[in-house]
Amino acid sequence: MIRPELVCPAGTPAALKSAVDAGADCVYVGFRDETNARNFPGLNFSRKELEEGIAYAHARGAKVLVAINTFPRAGYPDLWHRAVDDSARLGADAVILADIGLIDYAARTHPELRLHLSVQAAASNPQSIGFYAGNFGVRRVVLPRVLTVPEIAAINGAVAPVETEVFVFGGLCVMAEGRCALSSYATGQSPNMNGVCSPASHVRYVESGRGVTSQLAGFTINQFGLNEPAGYPTLCKGRFNANGKTSYLFEEPTSLNTLTMLPDLIKAGVTAFKIEGRQRGRAYVAAVVQAFRAGIDAVMDGRPLPATDLDSITEGGRQTTGAYEKAWR
Amino acid sequence: MNKRDSLSPVRLTLGPVLFNWKPEKLRDFYFRLADESCVDSVCVGEVVCSKRTPFFTPYLPEVIERLQAAGKEVILSSLALIMTAREAEQARELTMTDGMLVEANDVSVVAMMAGRPFVAGPLLNIYNEGTLAYLHRMGASRACLPAELPESVIAALAAGPLAAGSGPEIEVQSFGRLPLAISARCYHARSRNLAKDGCQYVCAEDADGMDVDTLDDDPFLAVNGTQTMSYHYLGLLAELSALRRLGVNRFRLWPHDVDMVAVAALFRAAADGLIDTEEAGQRLADLCPRAEFANGYFHGREGHAYIQADV
Repeated sequence: MIRPELVCPAGTPAALKSAVDAGADCVYVGFRDETNARNFPGLNFSRKELEEGIAYAHARGAKVLVAINTFPRAGYPDLWHRAVDDSARLGADAVILADIGLIDYAARTHPELRLHLSVQAAASNPQSIGFYAGNFGVRRVVLPRVLTVPEIAAINGAVAPVETEVFVFGGLCVMAEGRCALSSYATGQSPNMNGVCSPASHVRYVESGRGVTSQLAGFTINQFGLNEPAGYPTLCKGRFNANGKTSYLFEEPTSLNTLTMLPDLIKAGVTAFKIEGRQRGRAYVAAVVQAFRAGIDAVMDGRPLPATDLDSITEGGRQTTGAYEKAWR
Repeated sequence: MNKRDSLSPVRLTLGPVLFNWKPEKLRDFYFRLADESCVDSVCVGEVVCSKRTPFFTPYLPEVIERLQAAGKEVILSSLALIMTAREAEQARELTMTDGMLVEANDVSVVAMMAGRPFVAGPLLNIYNEGTLAYLHRMGASRACLPAELPESVIAALAAGPLAAGSGPEIEVQSFGRLPLAISARCYHARSRNLAKDGCQYVCAEDADGMDVDTLDDDPFLAVNGTQTMSYHYLGLLAELSALRRLGVNRFRLWPHDVDMVAVAALFRAAADGLIDTEEAGQRLADLCPRAEFANGYFHGREGHAYIQADV
């Protein structure tokens, strides 16, 4: 069995240190601009912070991956090209890319730079993975959250030695990643073009005598009673009216948690486990990283999974194993 | 001489029917298009859900023959989300069909084409010149651009160095509900408390998709099986002349359960400048009485917005 790497998010230099100290094998980060899919105010790294973060991680045996996983704007590729160039210059262990044109640039310009395919490219089958591996030398593919564990095992059998990485915890897209324009349809801002989904700039909470309505760009996404906590109006996690009834049509407000599936995912031949949440604080990152570090180490040592309670940090206290189990579909 | 005479002729593509129509209805729809419509190209094939594919497959040969006999270019559109070996095999069979142009809606299909000419479909992520150029090198002779691109990006893609030489022909989505997202999960089934495996094909109950409203009953989205679409219908009519000045001469119409022969004729007249855009808009609204129209993406705004043409 492969000993899988634990790949952890860091939205700030402090979170990077927390993740490394808590046992991350790799930390992934982004630059402070629209070149990455967590382009949020107050988040991400300057060039100098990346350089210092890489030094901190490397001194402790951890790697740093740079996500440059939005789609460059036509006519203005320089911002994205510079992000790739600077990642290579500063000694990043890999870049995580989604756009075919940008991957082509990186492969031609920096043949020594290790390339990972972002989940935003939604490569969901061996032929797509073969396209990126064969044409550009992509070494690892982050799989979209649409596949069951048996489908992941079949892909691993077909694409080796290309590595796969899967999400194990955190926020969860219910659509194939990088292939969703719902956010821009409502707000004008999309993950692919702007690095944001359901952006905070377009969120409003409207109070009335009956409770709170959460809105995104004027569209009501959910309503909460007087004593209910009002959740963030992520578009695909709202309640809507369809077919004559009100429901969470796409998905409930919930977090992915696959801790109990780690043995199955390891058996399926996955190389790396990824935790979502570059927008999260260092306490969250440390708690999740510790839980999954302990889980992976237990499975590899043949011990039972340790009991861990991550309820308090999941969205709405609810958890799902998502598409990894077929019933989700 | 009218300035328009110097432009390349307008080409209309009828996109694949994204909805789950009864096979006989679909066959008759294509027969009428073959006999009566002014579209130049017609895409056929299942894009959204592989579970639907077997129903229309027996009718496909006669539909293709009828369309080709009427002088239409026929394009085989691939699935958008390929997850299983069976779906990959289905796509591979498509790419092995002799003498037929294939529209790739997933990167895997680009790989399967192995350098032979293909159409880069609107569900591939083409956001910039680098990707367009690479897909052209891979064999893309035409590219239908994604829904969310603004005019400035369309201009850069249409006017880049590629356009001067032998770059792919650019096609722009112009009519119909926009395909916004694709998922492994079926929301049509979920709306009936069914799982995808036991879906009972409930998506067939909504010929133009299932309306999705907010809790305030504001119309918002539409669901078509595993696909999420816009509630609003894209209606780029006033924008056609601007697109043609950018060098875009091919426009995609998404099929709906309306008189698509008349819709196509209207778009051709509008693209050729033979009808006033205000009148064209009124006639389109008359042809689609249930539809509300949007054009926000083209104008760099939210996709559901409708921006009034400058008078």
